[in-house]
Amino acid sequence: MGLVAKSTIMDADQIRRAVKRISHEITERNRGLNGLVVVGIRRRGVYLARRIAGYLATIENTVVPVGALDITLYRDDFQLASSSPIVGKTEINEDITNKIIILVDDVLYTGRTVRAALDQLIDFGRPRQIQLAVLVDRGHREFPIKADYVGKNVPTAPGEQVDVRLSEIDDRDEVILGEMES
Amino acid sequence: MKQLDRKDLLGLEGMSAEELNLILDTAASFKEISERPIKKVPALRGRTVVNLFFEPSTRTRASFELAEKRLSADAVNISKSSSSVVKGESLRDTAENLQAMKIDAIVIRHSAAGAPHFLAKLLDAAVINAGDGAHEHPTQGLLDIFTLHEKLGDLAGRKIVIVGDITHSRVARSNIFGLVTLGANVTVCGPPTMMPVMIEKLGVTVESNLNRAVQNADAINVLRVQLERQKVNLFPSLAEYSQVYGVTKDTLARMKPEGIVMHPGPMNRGIEISQDVADGDRAVILEQVTNGVAIRMAVLYLVCEGARRETVPEEDEVRKPTEESLAQPRRNVV
Repeated sequence: MGLVAKSTIMDADQIRRAVKRISHEITERNRGLNGLVVVGIRRRGVYLARRIAGYLATIENTVVPVGALDITLYRDDFQLASSSPIVGKTEINEDITNKIIILVDDVLYTGRTVRAALDQLIDFGRPRQIQLAVLVDRGHREFPIKADYVGKNVPTAPGEQVDVRLSEIDDRDEVILGEMES
Repeated sequence: MKQLDRKDLLGLEGMSAEELNLILDTAASFKEISERPIKKVPALRGRTVVNLFFEPSTRTRASFELAEKRLSADAVNISKSSSSVVKGESLRDTAENLQAMKIDAIVIRHSAAGAPHFLAKLLDAAVINAGDGAHEHPTQGLLDIFTLHEKLGDLAGRKIVIVGDITHSRVARSNIFGLVTLGANVTVCGPPTMMPVMIEKLGVTVESNLNRAVQNADAINVLRVQLERQKVNLFPSLAEYSQVYGVTKDTLARMKPEGIVMHPGPMNRGIEISQDVADGDRAVILEQVTNGVAIRMAVLYLVCEGARRETVPEEDEVRKPTEESLAQPRRNVV
């Protein structure tokens, strides 16, 4: 069983422009970076969060803290999955109470990952606001969750898979639409 | 390796380096949870864990109970003195009754070596050994290894010295099994009356002179003199033991300059370890205790998963029912 690529949704340039635009939108919406913390969801959300923080630093000349969330222990399909993923490290070194959290993930799909991330964030404190930034929104939500910043909206079928590759851990920057071969 | 293919943790003997590293990596992730303002994650919500302690314990028992609570499991504590064991109920009956109450895991400490193994065969619940006689104390071994790993990095080729009553020490045995598997050079040191014959067969070096043993050591693990297990006199007097095998500032001077000192507790200050060493900056004894909670969280999480997998069919079977299974009433699979 493997992923058969059907088309490229985004190439490296498109990813760069989308992440840069999202960074501008963040500064615009929040009128600067005061009280902002960027938190990525493991694994690829963390690299996107770092990229966003990098752009924010050049746009506003301010360094914003970056955190990482591993949502494994908060998953709602914990009882269903036949194999549990390795639990990664969660790194929230800031007190997030009264901060504005920009939560970052690569793909927004059912919304279950974001639900788990929201639960976990709230265990760290009471943020003033949580905003959601995703590189790809592929639809098919199962929870009432909506992204505030979207790199690209991609209509998909439930059987399809959206694969985000980032140069930090993959060989290049690319978003691929594929189908699982049975 | 992503999961532990066993439902029990009975000992470190026979565990692969891969399995050990999975537990250590998982513990590294769990350590952060205890630093949070809300020290709790929902990972084992709705699971029940029984702590069955037939021997006294402060650290291990509190550590397991905290680990269970921080994973949101429901913990039940049973100690020998307050249980029906005093009325003569057997271990088997006790355990089967607990299982009849639909528990998910048992943490057991017992004075008989092999007691956890007996329960593991008997029960569907996950069984974790919290110390069985003079046999093994795997979570202590793991937390010692975790602490060493944190301080020294890769343990391959590192010199680790274990000092004290090796014969009666389950801590020593678990440490030896785990450390040897990870490639460390383990030296055991103690009076010949406290040294098991053929201990070299486990892959360790034996040295009865403490000063020679700690030469260039990266770490020294000081065992407690277990006065309660001493049925015969294994050394002439406590004063003499302390004189010959007590770890002092002079001992530290012979180790590597950054070498660390560990102790599984409870300490007999002034006997196996001097006051100034126990409180000195080379001692990582309280860090071991902190790490103990993280290790026990990792072990509970991994074995509860292992026990659950044994009763739940593979994902594909769940998702793709066969015609046969569709014809029959749907079974509750989870």
